[in-house]
Amino acid sequence: MELNLKMLIEAEASGPLVFTDQPLSFWGGYNAHSGEVIDRRHPLSGQNLAGKVLVFPGSRGSSSGSGVLLEAIRNRTAPAGIITLEADHILCLAALLAQELYNRTIPVAVASADFFTWAARNNGTVVSLK
Amino acid sequence: MLELTVEEHATLAGEKGEAAQVAMRIVVKMGELFGAAKLLPVNRVHIDSGIYEGPSGLDFVEMLLAKGARVAVPTSMNVVSLDLERWQQNSRVPQSFATPARRLAEAYLKMGAKPTFTCAPYQLKEITPQFGEQVAWAESNAVCFVNSVVGARTNKYGDFFDICLALIGRVPAYGLHLTENRRGQLLLSLKDVPPELVQDDSFYQVLGYLVGRLSGTSIPVIEGLPGAVTQDQLKALSAAAASSGAVTLFHIVGVTPEAPDLATAFGGNTPLEFIEITMDMLRQARRDLCVNPTGSDRPDVIALGSPHFSLAECLQLVALVEGRKCAPGLEFFVATNRVVYQALSQKGLLAKLVAFGANVTQDTCVVVSPLIAPDAKLLMTNSAKYAYYAPGKLNMPVVFGTLAECVDSAVSGRLVRDDTLWN
Repeated sequence: MELNLKMLIEAEASGPLVFTDQPLSFWGGYNAHSGEVIDRRHPLSGQNLAGKVLVFPGSRGSSSGSGVLLEAIRNRTAPAGIITLEADHILCLAALLAQELYNRTIPVAVASADFFTWAARNNGTVVSLK
Repeated sequence: MLELTVEEHATLAGEKGEAAQVAMRIVVKMGELFGAAKLLPVNRVHIDSGIYEGPSGLDFVEMLLAKGARVAVPTSMNVVSLDLERWQQNSRVPQSFATPARRLAEAYLKMGAKPTFTCAPYQLKEITPQFGEQVAWAESNAVCFVNSVVGARTNKYGDFFDICLALIGRVPAYGLHLTENRRGQLLLSLKDVPPELVQDDSFYQVLGYLVGRLSGTSIPVIEGLPGAVTQDQLKALSAAAASSGAVTLFHIVGVTPEAPDLATAFGGNTPLEFIEITMDMLRQARRDLCVNPTGSDRPDVIALGSPHFSLAECLQLVALVEGRKCAPGLEFFVATNRVVYQALSQKGLLAKLVAFGANVTQDTCVVVSPLIAPDAKLLMTNSAKYAYYAPGKLNMPVVFGTLAECVDSAVSGRLVRDDTLWN
């Protein structure tokens, strides 16, 4: 099926979808060396998101989140793509800076509530963004 | 469509140098993404990008420096990943970490940023803005405090965007820079909270954690707190709410400047949602601040000062530790800024803290600098922010308590916690 997304940072990616309804702070919540979620209070704690398409409401917490996501993109441990419910400044910024510095990045998109409902039921489905 | 002035167009075209051009290109792109109609001049910038997270941060700032970057407005700096003057006294900070971390901090100073190195910049007079001032601040707790308590206007700017804003002295006009986006959306009303609990120094930490959890991306309005709230209590609330949640602005009726009364806090609108905060919710939040799966009662690290301890907090600590001593083998960290460190030193108070066994650091803290022993097993803190980040960032179980409980635990080597006020 064709999924209706608004692309904020354009790039191509595909990977298995990982859905969570909980926001995540990348700083202190994501290990940029391994891609593991390290927020021990988060439902995705322990999961590796490298190469996955992360669907979640958006980031929260530290303003250093952009630094951690940028570092993860550099290390190729970032999610393959990120879809949020509300446009997320910190994550878009990281993707934009990666483009500026390393000439490659990951797509960041905003989804409708309908897409979220669909994503919640289709964890693990391989999705493509372009 | 983002409209630029003639001068801004010139910057974008490279007439103010290559670094300003890169910065303007990034700012314009972000402004377009977020629907800003124009850019706004800002008076000050506070930069969080000096925390060393890996080579990409250094790649970015050294790229800008090579292109001749200079800040265009007064710019202060958040914590960095080293106590720049005394890092060599801690044998755990490896040279391989210290070298790039110091290079990162120095790169920002070369661009003209001030060596303030604190995550509580609003407690340094010379860099704190006035009510209504447009600024560009990074560091989640500082953003939350400066919007809510000072009434200055900023969005939560992410690492590396902050320096771009400093190089051009402009921000995209969106979000909390605009009056219409600063009104309350969610009403949080405190019910049946005993006044003696509200006086307890852990109350605002716990409340902040809960406010962060309840608010999502909404602007909360809190009612039912007494009018006399200290700056350090509001600091605790800001830091906790910005760690457990995404709060960048809150209003407290009768306390914060944009909320003289309920109607003003909501800008005349009706709350979109109403939640009553009960004692049960507060008790649960206090439990959630602890992550101690084995139930160990032997803390081996006590960490204070996130955000950086003020002089007032240090004085409370001195009163609690005088004539006492940390248990053997236990480490006790206090993080603060250079101004407070110097004041402590001049007043002879630093010696008292050191005699107790405290390790007082400036410029940094235990979650951004490798100060804690890698084999440490249980951290105790009076900071909800530390309690929030320690399990992931330090890979350590954590117990939350009051300042007095942290000191008592440090002395006895066993956890001391008193639940009386919470029952």
